Amino acid sequence: MTSLSTAGLLDVESIKADFPILSRTVRDGRKLVYLDSGATSQKPRQVLDAEREFYEQHNSAVHRGAHQLAEEATDAYESARQRIAAFVGAPASELVFTRNATESINLVAYAFSNATDKARQGVALPESTQRFVIGPGDEVLVTEMEHHANLVPWQELCLKTGATLRWLGLTDEGRLDLEGLTSLLTERTKVVSVVHQSNILGTINPVHEIARAAHAVGALVVVDACQSVPHMPLNVNDLGADLVAWSGHKMLGPTGIGCLWGRAEVLDSMPPFLTGGSMIETVFMEGSTYAPPPQRFEAGVPMAAQAIGLAAAVDYLQAIGMPAIAAHEHALTQDVVAGLAEIPGVRIIGPANTVDRGSAVSFVVDGVHPHDVGQILDSLGIAVRVGHHCAWPVCRRYGVPATTRATFYLYNGLDDVTALTDGIHEVRRFWGVS
Amino acid sequence: MQVEALYQEIILDHYKRPHGRGLREPFNTEVHHVNPTCGDEITLRVLISGFGDDMVIEDVSYESQGCSISQASASVMFDLVAGETVDDALRAQEEFLHVMHSRGEAEPDEEILGDAVAFEGVSKYPARVKCALLGWMALKDAVAQAAAAHEEELD
Ligand SMILES: Cc1ncc(COP(=O)(O)O)c(C=O)c1O
Repeated sequence: MTSLSTAGLLDVESIKADFPILSRTVRDGRKLVYLDSGATSQKPRQVLDAEREFYEQHNSAVHRGAHQLAEEATDAYESARQRIAAFVGAPASELVFTRNATESINLVAYAFSNATDKARQGVALPESTQRFVIGPGDEVLVTEMEHHANLVPWQELCLKTGATLRWLGLTDEGRLDLEGLTSLLTERTKVVSVVHQSNILGTINPVHEIARAAHAVGALVVVDACQSVPHMPLNVNDLGADLVAWSGHKMLGPTGIGCLWGRAEVLDSMPPFLTGGSMIETVFMEGSTYAPPPQRFEAGVPMAAQAIGLAAAVDYLQAIGMPAIAAHEHALTQDVVAGLAEIPGVRIIGPANTVDRGSAVSFVVDGVHPHDVGQILDSLGIAVRVGHHCAWPVCRRYGVPATTRATFYLYNGLDDVTALTDGIHEVRRFWGVS
Repeated sequence: MQVEALYQEIILDHYKRPHGRGLREPFNTEVHHVNPTCGDEITLRVLISGFGDDMVIEDVSYESQGCSISQASASVMFDLVAGETVDDALRAQEEFLHVMHSRGEAEPDEEILGDAVAFEGVSKYPARVKCALLGWMALKDAVAQAAAAHEEELD
């Protein structure tokens, strides 16, 4: 479909042609420069077509009914599961569809609180489920660079169960302070949940190393891979984690679908989160038994069209190749980091080099609030995100109220980096700080 | 650049040289409001005197952190409501709220809003409306609390 140039860059023009939205203009005829893929990515025609084709040809309630459309819809949905699972090196039986990464992480946090509630009620739990029962004296370990989606559910779990939340701090450079790891990990640690690539700092964390240390004390390891699955080759088995969560909409897929991968025996030991139709095995008035994973975690009529759209997104990414996409983004990141370093009064919040770093680049412009930076960029057609990026503690850690963040994907080119740096010069001129 | 319609001279002036800024004594009530989407914050105090229709805002003082729109809006608000009756201040608050939610369709009442009419352009940028409202929502909250406490003292 596309080829790598000598500089490690993809043929962005031919990729862009697949994304209808990228040819529109904004704010009085400005060419759109979309640098907000970290919030959500744009969708290629192939994904939109897959959804449309499903609705036009096969739409029916998945796993319910025996008519032809029901069969086709169920096949399409399960084939989507198989392709998406294969994309991260997993069998279909280990992939649960959720609404988004937020729901995936909540599903795991609720496995703990539901198991704990049942244990408190004296409900007999299988041996393997006992590890999900936590209480005072037990600990949950996260990091200070978590997205709120991988922080608030654990805070809630601790409030409900009496467990204690602990976190790994950050270095001034924008990386995890791993020195604290050995003292923070003890036999009290029941679950460790870490982000693979920070959505605000861009830092790529040594998840494998953390997982190994966490497993040594018997903790369950959860990884928030929202910003890594879309951007780099990733095999869940190589991460060393027990559970991995991510969203479809950040990887060219539709909104409304997320993923949770779990090692078979881990998923099998987890109690359900949402309950109702489709997740049961048998139902009597007196009580019910539940289906094996992944169905146990997919109550209700599922988001079939979105799963099919996400599978088309995976096909699209694979046709280009994840190593090529990672190399492309790496080249862009190099350019952005160097470009920003040249502008006076601009400071990157996060690693200022490209070592173990993805393409999410946050920065502040001295003397201009991020909102006012973003507004001027917007007037030039450049879409960036401003604010705390759902990682408020990170802003506090680095003493800034908010940041401006540019994020890049396979459809961004070096011209987009130039648009950004030119735009920042315009920001400084407008606000009189140059 | 269209964005100049948003960043009016008056707004930029208030942003660079805010009026009434700093927390002062005495005061009846202090409130703290945040804009959860961007983290902007304001701490605002009001001092009121008198009763009923004659209840007057003697002083509004504030300390805030945020973008140009939120900072300038608090400054303009100070000019408009300090020394005015609570009724007039709340009328201005309501009018400002109405204009902010109008998507550029309202005809702001300059009699009531004074310099705050300059924020009309903000209403065309829905993501910035909350910035302009931060100080005003804090004011409404503080005045309501102060008035309730004040009336109670009378009983
Ligand atoms: C690192 C990270 N974790 C979690 C999330 C939550 O994803 P979603 O909002 O799709 O559930 C996001 C994105 O918003 C993210 O960037």
